Order: sequence, then C-alpha cells, then structure tokens
Amino acid sequence: MGLLERFFKPSWGVHPDDHKRPAADVPLRTLPLPERLYVPLQQHVGGPARPVVLAGQKVLKGQLLAEAQGNISAPVHAPTSGRVLAIGEVTAPHPSGLAQLAITLASDGDERWLEREPVADPFALAPEEIARLTAAAGVVGLGGATFPAAVKFNLGRRLKVSTLIVNGGECEPYLSSDDAVMRVRAAEVVDGLRIVMHAIGAANALVGIEDNKPEAIAAMRAAAAPFGDVAIRPVPARYPMGSDKQLIQVLTGKEVPADARAAEVGVLVHNVSTCAAVHRALRRGEALVERIVTVNGGAVRAPGNLLAPIGARVADLLAFAGLAAEPARLILGGPMMGTLLPHANVPLVKGASGVLAFDAREAARPAAGPCIRCGSCTVACPMGLLPLEMASRIRAGDLAGATGFGLSDCISCGCCAWVCPSHIPLVQYFSHARGELAAGERARLRNEATRRLVEQRGERLARDAREKAAAAAKRKAERDAAKAKAAAATESAAASSAAVSAKAVSP
Amino acid sequence: MSATVLSAPVAAPHAATSASVSRVMLWVMAALAPATLFGFWLYGWPAVHLWWITIAFALLGESLCLRLMRRAALPVLFDGSALLTGWLLALSLPPWAPWWIGATGGFFATVIAKQVFGGLGQNLFNPAMVARVALLISFPVQMTLWVAPVPLGSAAAPGFVDGLRITLGALPGALDAVASASVLGHAKTELSRGVDLLHSFAVSSAPTFGLDGMRAGSMGETASLLLAGGGALLLALRIISWHIPLAMLAAIALPAAILHAADPARYLDAGSHLLAGGTLLGAFFIATDYVTSPNTRAGQLLFGAGVGGLTFLIRTWGGYPEGIAFAVLLMNALVPVIDRYLRPRIHGRDRRGRALDIPDGEGS
Repeated sequence: MGLLERFFKPSWGVHPDDHKRPAADVPLRTLPLPERLYVPLQQHVGGPARPVVLAGQKVLKGQLLAEAQGNISAPVHAPTSGRVLAIGEVTAPHPSGLAQLAITLASDGDERWLEREPVADPFALAPEEIARLTAAAGVVGLGGATFPAAVKFNLGRRLKVSTLIVNGGECEPYLSSDDAVMRVRAAEVVDGLRIVMHAIGAANALVGIEDNKPEAIAAMRAAAAPFGDVAIRPVPARYPMGSDKQLIQVLTGKEVPADARAAEVGVLVHNVSTCAAVHRALRRGEALVERIVTVNGGAVRAPGNLLAPIGARVADLLAFAGLAAEPARLILGGPMMGTLLPHANVPLVKGASGVLAFDAREAARPAAGPCIRCGSCTVACPMGLLPLEMASRIRAGDLAGATGFGLSDCISCGCCAWVCPSHIPLVQYFSHARGELAAGERARLRNEATRRLVEQRGERLARDAREKAAAAAKRKAERDAAKAKAAAATESAAASSAAVSAKAVSP
Repeated sequence: MSATVLSAPVAAPHAATSASVSRVMLWVMAALAPATLFGFWLYGWPAVHLWWITIAFALLGESLCLRLMRRAALPVLFDGSALLTGWLLALSLPPWAPWWIGATGGFFATVIAKQVFGGLGQNLFNPAMVARVALLISFPVQMTLWVAPVPLGSAAAPGFVDGLRITLGALPGALDAVASASVLGHAKTELSRGVDLLHSFAVSSAPTFGLDGMRAGSMGETASLLLAGGGALLLALRIISWHIPLAMLAAIALPAAILHAADPARYLDAGSHLLAGGTLLGAFFIATDYVTSPNTRAGQLLFGAGVGGLTFLIRTWGGYPEGIAFAVLLMNALVPVIDRYLRPRIHGRDRRGRALDIPDGEGS
C-alpha cells in the first residue's frame, strides 16, 4: 500500500440497517416435508444436470436424479423419498418468471435414505478423491455464487493455494442462514473446512465473520480451538464484506488482480455453509438435498431460519412462517443483491440463502431524481469505480464510454444504488449496459459469420462461373475440333489426296 | 398464499438509504440558518427583505423554466435546490442592496446558470456565484456598497417599513449614512493609494475586525463562528467531506502567512484572509456544491486548493478586493478535467487501468 493510499484509506461500503434480529436469534426450525418438491436441473453455474430418472420411478432420499453434464456442472439428488411425477417446466427463481426444467417429486413421507457410505477418515483420502466425492454429492457454493465446489478444489490444488478463506461474513441485511449454520453446526463447519484445506493443500484457514455475529464467533472459536491452523477472524460489519475480493483484502491484505482468480494470489474462498455441506458429503455420505434458509421481512409473522429440502416452494416456506400481510415484494437472497421473485410458486434452490417477504413500507421505493453528483456512490463503491460517470454514459447510450470507466469491474453489490440520495437505480443501468454489450457482441459475431458466409458464397459463385466458363470454352474447343475433324473428313472423302493438308491445319 | 404479481423496479438492491436530495438541501439550509439570522440581526430589515426577494426570484426563474419545458414545477421546487441557490446568493450580496439586485441575481442564477444547462445536476458553474459575478460586473456600484452594522433594536436600525423602503430604493440617503468599507476593500483601496497596511488599519475609521462578525460585509459572510459551526454540522452529518474546505482554507492561509511574515506592510495576515470576505461561506457552502465540484477525494483536494490559491491571488494582486466567486468559477471550469485525470484506482488494477500483475511465488 503506497503512501498515497495509506492517506486515502479505503472507505468503501455502506452500513444498511441489518434487520438480522430477531430472526437470527430464533432457534432453527425444520420445515414440515411438503407433499411435492420441484428440483430444478440447473441450480449452479455451468451446464444443467441431465435427468437419469423416469417419470413414475420410485426414488430414495439422496438418490441421483440428474447427473452433472460437462466440466463445470453439478448433479442434483432427491431431497426425500417418493415418486418422480414429472420432468417438466416450472417457474425459475428469476424476475422474468421464465420456465426452467425441474423434476417434480411426490414425497412418500418416509424420508428413506439411499444407502449412505460415510468416509471414516477423509484426511486419509487423496485430495482428488475428496473432490470427486464432493462433486458427486452435488455441493456448490452456498453463499449464492453456486459455483461447483469440487471444480474450485481442483483449481486450488493446481494453483497451490496456501490459504483457505472461509466466508462467514454474511453482510447482506436480513439474512442469518450462515449465522445459524455457524451457531448450530460450528463443529461441522470446522471439520468441513479442514477437509477442504486437505483437498486444496492449504496450510492454514482464515474464517472471516462480521463482528455483528458474536454468538457465531464464539461457537466457531470453540469449535476451532483444537486446530492451530484455523483462525477465526472477526471483521467489521460493513457491506459488502462478504464479497470475495473485499474479504480477501481485509483478511490477507492481498488484492486480486482484475481478470484473475483469487487462487492466483494464493487464496481460495469458500462459504461456511459450503464447508458444512462438504462435511456432510464425506463424513455422512449425504448429498446436498437440504439447506438452512432465512425467512424474513416485514410481511412474515414468525421470521427465522428454516431447515428446508431443496425443491420446496417459496410458498411452502412462507406458509410455515406465516404471513402477517400480503407481501409487497418477494426476494430470493438478500435485499442488496437478491433476485426479485415473480410469485411464490418458485422452488428453493441450493444457492438460496434467504426468502424475504417485504411489506409495503419496506418495498416502497422513492422515485428516481436527477444525479446531483454528490459522489456518495464513488465513496461507497468497493471496487473504486465511478458509478455516476458510468450511469451518465449509459444514459446517453455511450456503452463504450461506460466500459472505459470500468463497467466490467463492477460486482453489482448495489452499494451505489443503495446510497444514492436521488435513488437512481444504478445497478439496473449497469445490468442493462452489460446485457446490451453482450447482445452487441453476439450480434457482432453473428454478422462476422454472415459476412464470412457471404464472402465464401461470392467466391464459390465466382469459382463456379470460372469453372463453367472454362468448361464451356473447353466444350466449344472440342466442338470446334470435332467440326474441323468432320470438315476434314468430308474434305478427305471429297478429295482423298488432301488428307495430309487437313491433318496439318487441325490443332 | 396466492401468487403475487409484483411491479417494477426489478434490479437489486431492494433497500435504500433514507437520505434524499431534499433532505440534503434541508440540512444545508439548517446549517446556514444561524449565520443568516445573525446577518438579519446585524444589518436589519433591509437584509431580511433582500433575502426573501432574492429567493422568490430564484424560485420564480426555476418554475418559469420548468413551465416552458412543460414539466411539473412543484416536485422540482420542493427539492430545495433553487431555494438554496437563492439563499446562498442573498448571503453574498451587500445587505442593503436594492431589490432589483436580488431579483436580477436570483432570476439569473436559476434561469441562466442552472436551467439553461439542463437543471439540477447539469450546470457546470455554481449558479449563485455566476449570478454574483454577473451582478458585480454589471452593477459594480451597488455591489460594493457596504453598511456598518446597525443591529436590530439599536437606535440607527430602520424598522420593517423603512427597511422595505430602503430595499425598494425609496429612501435615498439612508445608505450613505451607514456606508462603510469591508476589510478587504479597505486594504485594497489604501494599498492602491500607496498607504501601507500598518498605517491604513491604524486609523480610527478603519473597519474593525474580530471573531464576533460585527463588521461591514455581505449579508451572510461576517459571522465567522456561526459559519464554521454550520460547516462543522455538515461535516458531522457527512453531507460534505473535509477535503474541499480544508484544502481551500489551507491554500489561502499558507501563502498569506508566509507573505505576511515577509512583509506585513503589504500583505494581510492569514487570520484576516480566513475571516474576511466570503472565505468561510465559500469554503463550507459554496465550493462544496456537489454539482460543480469533483467527486473523488483527490480531485476535491486539488479543487479546494485551487479555489483557495486563486482567491489569494485575486485578493492580493488582482483588480478586485474579493476573489472567492471568481476563484470558484474558474475552478468549476476545471472540474471536468480534474474528474478526467484524478480517478480512483480500481480494485485489482493500477492507476492507469491495467490489471495488476499476479505476484510471483504465489499460485502457479
């Protein structure tokens, strides 16, 4: 850190009201098993899983429903025992409300597990084997990124990562599912993270937990006490502390270069819930079929954390927690980066850390006004961008200008839009611009392909024409030759004495 | 629960700060209020009348433009920005200036300096300072007639009606009775006559000087302590940051202190520079205008230092005794350049925007 930067100490981030309590302090409850579960085939970054069951087939809890497809993908498993009703489309957890393929399961209520194969000592296994078992259990990043965990293990091992960073930041307001995992399953988290360390060959682990979660910090400290290479590090509560790049910088002082992966500076980040899932995958042989999810918001009568099977509908969760009012806005995830849900008939997916039902007061958004260039967004941006400049370029349709201001470095954390006194939906501007740029890129590639085809066609036509002309010339020549021959023959027939001269003129 | 169909906006975040533009404007007005009330008390009813006339015409100009653009005027008027512009302009005027000074200035500020550029957030120059400079150049006599303090309740203070008549220009002669010189004006006039500062401030008719603000000057610039207090409030509320005010005050005080130490007969001391004229009003309320100042911390330091340095140059060697308004406008013009070159470093990139190198010995 240079002198200049020491003087201009980073002051990124915002401090929204966290609204985590009382939900975070309510004991963990278990969602009663819904009659039907809708397990989407794509709950992760990468290729969608390919179904390996047929409609009507009976399955056991933890049984493979769809297998991973491609290098970056993850399988999905049956969240309970029952019968496959259908493989068809359900509403995706996305504002568009578009459909997505899912396997519908009718539960038989028995919760009968498939034969589980626990590993007694994961540390005796080869790292590759841990990655394989983790992949087979369908473990993905549970902090919201949903990147297949095993792919990251292999990346970390290849790049010789020295430090595992365990993300217990949970900086999003309202959410406390990671908090609950750390409070209730601290030993599992610590065991899981040690397995991850073994899998990637890391020498030590730093667990970053925001200091607004003292119970979680205490529980994790107790669980990590026997292990000298696992350090619990409280970090200041400041959004977006749970963002990979920011947490890495706060905990290690390292800055991940743009366009590079964290592993390239020797660290790898995994979420606490992911670590707990790795523990279950190995020590219990259980696939990832359930998760702890926060149900919160002003419209919820009894907010708190629920242990719920993947594929339960958001409506099931809300019905269990009770609604005090008709929700004015439904969000999957946190209020800062979460996804607006079109309705509650949407399945719970692996990456869903929370379901928020906002009442009318919470959902109210003031109308956007003009930018007064106050610079609040600039101060808040954890990436050092100038959101106001990017937005003004995008407003004018100058996408290249916005890119020049670092649009591609934006992590969409929402600090700028949150802090804006004019309530300009800056993130929406940036998402729009990125969509336009991607569409433009696709169009460019398509045009290029079209142009190439046209050129090739032109060449082909020209070649055809050339060949045709050549063939015609050849035929003509042949005809001429034949004619000449015929004429010669006639001549020779007429005057056999001229045969020698006719031969002399023919080509 | 039935399926709920929700309306826009779609993108996260789904929460927002409770801050708003109008709240920012209200706090700035609250921070200005003590110095303004002191100005009312110090210069009496003519100052009060000039204040509201200036604001009224600023609002009138704004609403007229909005009407011409067929936009709803009320929500824009209620954001408080036009009111604040008129207020700041009024505070920078001679307190007993005639009504048409305030009216022309207020109208000019919102119409020419703000709405013509596209309204709130679009103007390149500080509207209040544009108006003040336009008035100073067009009406130099009225804009440099200062009055000695005639606090409300004192024998010399005009009443409500007399105050109105003074502002409306119906009491010629009243102004001459209390005319006085400002500290900076006095220093400049005497120096240009060849009288050095040691002698010019030794005479009894010289303007008095102190922290209490009991001196001739613009309506809202003499109450140094109250202005600094208002500035401190804005700093505490994080509505402004310390970068512009500190850089500006330092850039005035440092050269003043050095030159004064070298030649006290020719150069005013740093304290006079900081307390006299519009220094404090400018540092906390004018130069910190969001729209017309840079939006990065480094840029703000440079901008503040520029305003301070230019102010000192104009006061010391320029043709005008006071230079805040000119300095602010000159630096306003440089803001796009400052913003272009002083960008924050992007996380993971160097200052020139290239991705940082992957360190050796780490990773692969």
